[in-house]
Amino acid sequence: MIKIEKLHKSYPIGKESIHVLKGIDLHIKEGEFVSIMGSSGSGKSTLLNIVGLLDIHDEGNYYLNGELIKDMNEKKAAILRNKFLGFVFQSFNLISYKTALENVALPLYYKGVNRKDRLGIAMDYLEKVGLKEWANHLPNELSGGQKQRVAIARALVTKPKVVLADEPTGALDSTTTDSVMDLLKEINDEGMTVFVITHEEEVAAQTKRIVRLKDGIIVSDELTKNTKQASHV
Amino acid sequence: MFDIDRWREIFQSINKNRLRSALSGFTVAFAILLFTLLFGIVSGLSNSFKSAFADDAQNAMFVRVWQTSKPYKGLQTGRAIQLRNDDFNYVKDEYESKIQYQSARIYKNFTLKYKNEANSYSVRAVHPDHQFLEKTIIDKGRYLNEKDLQERSKVIVIGRLIKADLFGEKPALGKRINMNGSSYLVIGIFSDEGGDNEERLAYIPITTAQMIYGNNDYISQINLGYNPDLNLDEAISFGKKLERDLRSKLNIHPDDQSALSVRNMAEANKNVGSFMAILYAIVILVGSGTLIAGIIGISNIMIFVIKERTKEFGIRKALGAQPLSIVWMVVQESVFITTIAGYLGLSLGTYLLSLIGDSLEEDYFIKDPSVSTGIVVGATIVLIVSGLIAGYIPAKRAANIKPIEALRAD
Repeated sequence: MIKIEKLHKSYPIGKESIHVLKGIDLHIKEGEFVSIMGSSGSGKSTLLNIVGLLDIHDEGNYYLNGELIKDMNEKKAAILRNKFLGFVFQSFNLISYKTALENVALPLYYKGVNRKDRLGIAMDYLEKVGLKEWANHLPNELSGGQKQRVAIARALVTKPKVVLADEPTGALDSTTTDSVMDLLKEINDEGMTVFVITHEEEVAAQTKRIVRLKDGIIVSDELTKNTKQASHV
Repeated sequence: MFDIDRWREIFQSINKNRLRSALSGFTVAFAILLFTLLFGIVSGLSNSFKSAFADDAQNAMFVRVWQTSKPYKGLQTGRAIQLRNDDFNYVKDEYESKIQYQSARIYKNFTLKYKNEANSYSVRAVHPDHQFLEKTIIDKGRYLNEKDLQERSKVIVIGRLIKADLFGEKPALGKRINMNGSSYLVIGIFSDEGGDNEERLAYIPITTAQMIYGNNDYISQINLGYNPDLNLDEAISFGKKLERDLRSKLNIHPDDQSALSVRNMAEANKNVGSFMAILYAIVILVGSGTLIAGIIGISNIMIFVIKERTKEFGIRKALGAQPLSIVWMVVQESVFITTIAGYLGLSLGTYLLSLIGDSLEEDYFIKDPSVSTGIVVGATIVLIVSGLIAGYIPAKRAANIKPIEALRAD
């Protein structure tokens, strides 16, 4: 699903340039539930941005769903994002003047689905995350956990190939963290590839594969006990 | 092109951000309001000028004579100049192609009497063409004609106010009034836009006057209407040539203004024309300045708005919005606001102008101020274009920010 070979990325800062990713090789297959661990500055967010087509890599190859990502322009990237990727952000990034339902329906608008259908689909996904009753509330009327569940519904609504979550629980307390992680596990169980970035061990422990990054290189890549349990079942 | 979903997005964005929409709208509405008022008032001024000359035909020329002020060919200063039928015919024959109307005029003052009512009035003895030169409007009956002149008929066309003075409410047409002992048949009653004085006049055939009063061929003045096919410059040079030729014919020094002069409406029109052109140029300058200030105002607000929405655009792009769709969203919103607001300003301006109406005519020479359809259409186009520019430039920049940077913005 996601295949990365010898990926490099540098950011210019003044005259200097900071080498953030120093040759990453990573292969994520369909249906995996992967977490990228690392302290701040390890390059994990940069990796997610490149995988999410929000940023461009300098060297190496990146294949998304078998397609080599090269010479991306904004338009092509927007189409691919809309088609293959769903985003969940640490700060939720809901549009403040749109209701929960409208926020969830927005990716379908850019996909060209008509209004009636997209509101119907969006409602199904809100129901899935348990927020049907909150459909007509604005984001500032929702709690942090509810906002993140709306964001997850929005990420799922286009039936993407991969859900990319950047510190999805970073702004949440432990109870709501668990409910959001349960939700991510649930969608992974349904076959969705989920790609989480976190610096919390407890969060990473709930995924099926942990990739540890340090100073721009992968230091470890191992399966967790969740995978073994799952394979036994 | 018409996409109901996009409009829904725009309305939602306008509706949820009422203050900034109202602010940007206000700038445009105010600029257009000022523009409309300015233009309307100048057109009111222009109307006043036009009506000030409405008394006489626009192409009128007057040949007038007094006394010589310069000696010429052995003739002394202070010689009184007299125009005669011969001069009238000379002008007619010499310049036929350049003349539309021609009439001589003799001024008299007579007492007009009907039954017990009597009063002293100015009477003009003229040719039939005089009607067009003076823009005399016949209310009842008819004006003088060629037959009256040939037969030296004792007929009279009286002004509306003479009729009122002598006849009151009773009919005057076909009645006979006494003028200096002779009886004249009233054949017409006229009005004139030149005011009361012009309506307290009477016209009689010039031949009749020459026969009865002096039995000579004297005339006081020659009135002409130059051929309307002539442009202003041609008309002015025709007037100059006519002046030279008549001075030479009557043995007057070529530069003697006080002996004979031709007053030419073409010159006055040219002066008024260039005055109005300058006035309009100033208005266009000031008006476009106001409009530009308005456009800059809305651009400023749009830049601020887009900065505020950078993160939203980042989110939209992460969700699959293409850059062009962001540009279109902003531009369409901007055009929508400018058009609506501009239209409000325009309507308010036109409404205010209609309230002013003719109330400022007396003191400020502003008559019926209004804006023409052309101006309205032009202003609307300017509005839409300015909305496009105001929205496009900042939107283009916003849409080109990388989504990752946009998402970081706060």
